Amino acid sequence: MTALLELDRVSKRFGGLLAVNNLSFAMREGEILGLIGPNGAGKSTLFNLINGVFTPNSGRIVFNGVDITGERPFMVARHGIARTHQIVQPLTNMTVLENCAVGACFGRENLPLHRATAAAREAATVVGLDDRLHALALNLTIAGKKRLELARALAAQPKLLLLDEVLAGLNPTEIEHMIAVIRRIRDSGVTILIIEHLMQAIMSLSDRIVVLNYGEKLAEGAPAEVARDPQVIEAYLGDPKLAAELEGKDEGSAAHG
Amino acid sequence: MADAIAQTAAADVLLSVEGLEAGYGEVQVLWGLSLKARRGKLTAIVGANGAGKTTTLRAVAGTLSPWGGRIMLDGEDVTRVPSHVKAARGLALVPEGRQLFSMMSVAENLELGAFSPRASRSYAERLEQVFKLFPRLAERARQRAGTLSGGEQQMVAIARGLMSDPQILIIDELSLGLAPVVVYQLLATLKQLKQNGLTILLVEQNVHLALALSDYAYVIAEGRIFTEGLPAELAANPEIRRAYLGL
Repeated sequence: MTALLELDRVSKRFGGLLAVNNLSFAMREGEILGLIGPNGAGKSTLFNLINGVFTPNSGRIVFNGVDITGERPFMVARHGIARTHQIVQPLTNMTVLENCAVGACFGRENLPLHRATAAAREAATVVGLDDRLHALALNLTIAGKKRLELARALAAQPKLLLLDEVLAGLNPTEIEHMIAVIRRIRDSGVTILIIEHLMQAIMSLSDRIVVLNYGEKLAEGAPAEVARDPQVIEAYLGDPKLAAELEGKDEGSAAHG
Repeated sequence: MADAIAQTAAADVLLSVEGLEAGYGEVQVLWGLSLKARRGKLTAIVGANGAGKTTTLRAVAGTLSPWGGRIMLDGEDVTRVPSHVKAARGLALVPEGRQLFSMMSVAENLELGAFSPRASRSYAERLEQVFKLFPRLAERARQRAGTLSGGEQQMVAIARGLMSDPQILIIDELSLGLAPVVVYQLLATLKQLKQNGLTILLVEQNVHLALALSDYAYVIAEGRIFTEGLPAELAANPEIRRAYLGL
């Protein structure tokens, strides 16, 4: 089996901070891989490395058999990788349809405008924005903007979709809707790498999970495996030794008192 | 046990948050969150990143206006009371990341803590008390706050809160970025303050630490109370892991 995406010992440094440290993992076609880790673990940096916003200091990123390390974002999009942003980035004075058409024009196939509009309409329908095609993006609710963010990425007809916290800020009903949409997108053959803080959602959506901590891979495996991993639990709940040490000291001082 | 807490006399509760809803812009973060801080006790709030801990504290302190719900301090509704008035009524916040005036001296930072008329009247007396509590700060009173170590800065932040003569001290992320030995010193100080009758509400990222030192704890996830109870009960409870890891 060849991997659709392969990261080989990728590192990214910002000044004295090693944001991503010697990270390797692979994604097979058609899977949903969840990326979790405490704040500052390097998740969003990793997205920026994959889609070419940042160039790694070392290591290789191979997509669909092609080395894309250091390629510019518009070229990465041409290869078939599309993304959403944690803070939604709609083109506010354009309509839903126009926003999505931009995704299609500058996506995997660089579609001409009339075909881009057809692809845009289709993507908007998948996320349930087909009744708002001519609404200006700025007039959408936050849930609408989140859907638009996803639709624009989808209109680029990606092989790999990077989703950065598409559920954040949605209410429970909207979350349910969005999860169903993500499943439908995967079933249509798109491979998905997803960052999400809503743990129940990401654990149920993902086939596999990669856990980052301080830029390094802490664990990788099925959701249930990862949630039982003592190192992962410690990364989230804190070091149990610190509390044990304090209690030890307390007993010591009580004995003296 | 939660029932037992619910049954305690209302007079026993200094701060109570009821059905709190809050957020930023269009994004709702808190979805009807309720908690209580009992007099003279240390109540801890734990929860994963993005669960709503800091948002809860901001709404309680009044730096963020709640969308709904009620905040009661000492029997009075303070939901819409601005933060400086709450501070004058005895609610002090030690914010995440200390937020000191880094170009001012330690003494000046402490003086600003005693800004309210009530606190400024007993300024000299209170200064003596916090210097007794943190002798280190007396030594460094004239030094710029920004040049102190992380642990010393946290001491200044706590001391600044105490200078307002609070009924309740609310601390956001006590141990963040601090060495274990420093954390130990700070905790010893908190215990002492509690013995003197101060009510403390603490947000702490290290769950084990929070459970080790609190009298009662709330676990929040996705803007709601996920579970709550006595620390010993919670420590044995797999629900905490579920709150953090979803499984």
